[in-house]
Amino acid sequence: MEQQNVVLEVRDLRVFYGSFNALRDISMEIPRYQVTALIGPSGCGKSTFLRCFNRMNDLIAGSSVQGQVLYRGNDIYAPTVDATRIRSEIGMVFQKPNPFPKTIYENVAFGLKINGYQGNMGEAVERSLRRAALWDEVKDRLNKSAFQLSGGQQQRLCIARALAVEPEVILMDEPASALDPIATLAIEELIRELCVEVSIVIVTHNMQQAARVSDQTAFLMMGGDRAGYLVEYGDTKEMFTNPRNERTEAYITGRFS
Amino acid sequence: MARASFDIHLHHLLDELMQLGGMVEKAIATSLQALKDRDLKTSERVIKEDDFIDQKRWEMEERCLELMATQQPMAVDLRVLVTILHISVELERMGDYAEGIGKISLLMGDEPPLKPLVDIPLMAEKASDMLKGSLDALVRRDTTEALAVCNKDDEVDELYDVVYRDLIELMIQDPANVQRATYLLWVAHDLERIADRATNIAERVVFMVTGKLTELNVSKY
Repeated sequence: MEQQNVVLEVRDLRVFYGSFNALRDISMEIPRYQVTALIGPSGCGKSTFLRCFNRMNDLIAGSSVQGQVLYRGNDIYAPTVDATRIRSEIGMVFQKPNPFPKTIYENVAFGLKINGYQGNMGEAVERSLRRAALWDEVKDRLNKSAFQLSGGQQQRLCIARALAVEPEVILMDEPASALDPIATLAIEELIRELCVEVSIVIVTHNMQQAARVSDQTAFLMMGGDRAGYLVEYGDTKEMFTNPRNERTEAYITGRFS
Repeated sequence: MARASFDIHLHHLLDELMQLGGMVEKAIATSLQALKDRDLKTSERVIKEDDFIDQKRWEMEERCLELMATQQPMAVDLRVLVTILHISVELERMGDYAEGIGKISLLMGDEPPLKPLVDIPLMAEKASDMLKGSLDALVRRDTTEALAVCNKDDEVDELYDVVYRDLIELMIQDPANVQRATYLLWVAHDLERIADRATNIAERVVFMVTGKLTELNVSKY
């Protein structure tokens, strides 16, 4: 992959929780303005891996990371790097929608206020809600509680909140697993729309979803030592029609044992 | 095994595809024998029985679509289903060629044979062998056998050349031969197309096994 097309690069990544090795020796590149899906069975370390991209694992007591995660060529785990700053450039959306107990408007404006945003806040909020395909549904009730929204709308609000601070990358940890099929499709459509201007890394258990939304897919498994490792990484179309590795084939055809 | 019931469905579909292949093989052999024997009744039967081949193909297509919709197959499972779908269409078209030979027999009616049939039955034999070989390759997932089938298409093309030249010569010799020679030319063309479709089946087998769609032997015709 050409360097200007790489937004994140992982080199020999290993993650530990105390003495437990959760991930071992992962090296891969995340392309800019594409959707990269991380798939694999439960416990293989997909979410742990995802959290490495914006140092969310730092918040877990006893966790430690070895190797490098390069963002725009610089190691985000270097001692001088401010993790909070990284998280504003590499945002995150979680499995369960987690709006703040505030109004819709305040949810979106929150990150901007913290960052000392000096521009027109109303316009910035509208722009983020439009990008998250939520504006038309909430424009008349911006001052209502975010909890009045449906689950799917709350998740899009969380995406709008992440978008408001203009991140370069958004990490999504099973963003549609708590949603109904219609809301799920809305999120998937949104992901495809957003990836022209934001790079997205998504963890999903739903292989059809990975096949629908992603450009690249990484398949992780848990080894005999219970550490997660990368089995295969490549073009999504290729992965789901003709994977190179027989373990990938077994997993995506449901013959995994 | 995690997908035992899906695997059973896939095996049933493959069995049905083999049945369809058997019906087509029989239709080709019977249509040729009836042509040789001037057995118009049997030719009529071949034409009528093509409806069963068509029906079987539609049923298979429905089953493939059901499995795609309900099981969302991926990777090799998806390729197997797509391959079955394509091959069932190829077989149905081969059945149409056998039916076409039956119809040509009826058009020829009781007219005396223009010449003893030698090369045309040989073409039929080789085309049928190719069909059998392609279906064997499918069952065994054997790309070497599939490639061998594709290479045999040249032999059928060469025989078609011979038949074509012979018949044109007969037409030139006596314009009264034109109609009967044209009928036989149609038969030879149908057989040449059957061989081409056996090649298509072999290409699908290679796709199913390797995931690569490749033209393995470009037919002369």
